[in-house]
Amino acid sequence: MIETKDILETINMIENEHLDVRTVTMGISLLDCIDSDIDKACDKVYDKICRYAKDLVKTAEDISKEYGIPIINKRIAVTPIAMLASVCQTQKITKFAKVLDKAAQELGVDFIGGYSALVEKGFASGDYALIESIPEALSITNKVCSSVNIGSTKAGINMDAVKMMGKIVKESAELTKDRQCIGAAKLVVFCNAVQDNPFMAGAFHGVGEADCVINVGVSGPGVVRAALAKAQDCDITGVADLVKKTAFKITRMGQLVAQEASKRLSVPFGIVDLSLAPTPAVGDSVAYILEEMGLEVCGCHGTTAALALLNDAVKKGGVMASSHVGGLSGAFIPVSEDAGMIHAAKTGALDITKLEAMTAVCSVGLDMIVVPGDITPETISAIIADEAAIGMVNTKTTAVRIIPAIGMEAGDELNFGGLLGYGPVMPIRYGDPTKFVNRGGRIPAPLQALKN
Amino acid sequence: MKAVITVLGKDSVGILAKVSSACAEEGVNIIEVTQSVMQDLFAMIMLADIKDSKIPLDELKKKLDKVGEEMGMKVHVMHEDIFNSMHKI
Repeated sequence: MIETKDILETINMIENEHLDVRTVTMGISLLDCIDSDIDKACDKVYDKICRYAKDLVKTAEDISKEYGIPIINKRIAVTPIAMLASVCQTQKITKFAKVLDKAAQELGVDFIGGYSALVEKGFASGDYALIESIPEALSITNKVCSSVNIGSTKAGINMDAVKMMGKIVKESAELTKDRQCIGAAKLVVFCNAVQDNPFMAGAFHGVGEADCVINVGVSGPGVVRAALAKAQDCDITGVADLVKKTAFKITRMGQLVAQEASKRLSVPFGIVDLSLAPTPAVGDSVAYILEEMGLEVCGCHGTTAALALLNDAVKKGGVMASSHVGGLSGAFIPVSEDAGMIHAAKTGALDITKLEAMTAVCSVGLDMIVVPGDITPETISAIIADEAAIGMVNTKTTAVRIIPAIGMEAGDELNFGGLLGYGPVMPIRYGDPTKFVNRGGRIPAPLQALKN
Repeated sequence: MKAVITVLGKDSVGILAKVSSACAEEGVNIIEVTQSVMQDLFAMIMLADIKDSKIPLDELKKKLDKVGEEMGMKVHVMHEDIFNSMHKI
């Protein structure tokens, strides 16, 4: 029989330490829905999504009940819509956003991602129109998430797209200023975007993927923190070992859910994403893990080293627990979604420059950071370029999801509610990067790209 | 299919009897029982075969939750696989 202490440990993880499966995400290819008539394309998109995902929510809920594991979100990721838009003879691309939203509403999923374009090397037909339509698309829908990949280690950084995205992020916030600028919270700008990420807002279904797959994102910062709290005074090698062991257990649960969902839905299992994803609930914070390691407050000197250790140990522990690991897999540091980060940002211990340093060693990038509403599009572009450079040179995914708080300044607060949380407006650095941003062109791929 | 039923709380008379009779009413066969008292906390863990259960797992869960509530105990019913996958390689 299973040992008593193991059973009690699992129950304690779920009851008291917020262990959960963050998301079961179904990836659906829309390549066979392409049509030069946008209305016909939209009909095909709606039909295919509703047909493939009709049992997604119910199946996830059944698994959740049967196994006693909370599954927080059910989501859908689709082929980047720019590919469908490329053949449509219309500028009314937002019809695609509406149809995605309608399907998500109908199916009862929490988010649908893939209102996306991949422009790391240049704009293909459809990309430009789609990106231009993002602010409107995010303002007229509730569940649609958008992402744009503007750089990669292999391709370099498309500075024309970087310039454009500064404007798009600002507009997305402006169009939703009466709703806490939520538009910008549903938009991610990537470098080295991954094709099988189950987490929002950056999920899309890559073109190299199968017709339909199930990807699962686990969570569990609270569990890791509790394990470290029990360990007390071990040395840093002991800390890494403990994180690994805990990550292994968390991932095994994700693997179980993924396999079961895949079997019940008759859809191939894609990957388990090992990410430690915080929520605003107290006790479910990545920042508190770092503090548990011995930092007075997240953001003080030592934070980057602690995060590097955490990110690496999570991967090492998780990789053996799942047959296919993918997505972003590491530790997320979204400020507004993490009680510890919110606290650190409010007290001034954590600022945007420290966060930028942290993104060199965490799994994504500058995430859910609220910035003053008077930020210029060029400064947003420059923030994106900095972040993309870190990703490009380190051969890792980086992302920018910042929310200009229109009409607000440093010290004010935006509240998105739910998993997106709330966050203080954080000051940005002084100086104008306009001339640099306006140069356009492409940052050449770094030497790291030439591996063949 | 097997389920692990865990009963946690303050020790009192008749816990095992009440939980096992609720299981028996639904055709749930208890295969193994272990119990221990840690400090004041009483923990009873049962491995139950639910393949002949008359009701689905989530209803069994609700029923045992109620039994637990009446005794002031917390009852969890979970699929055996979750423990096997988390704690065994």
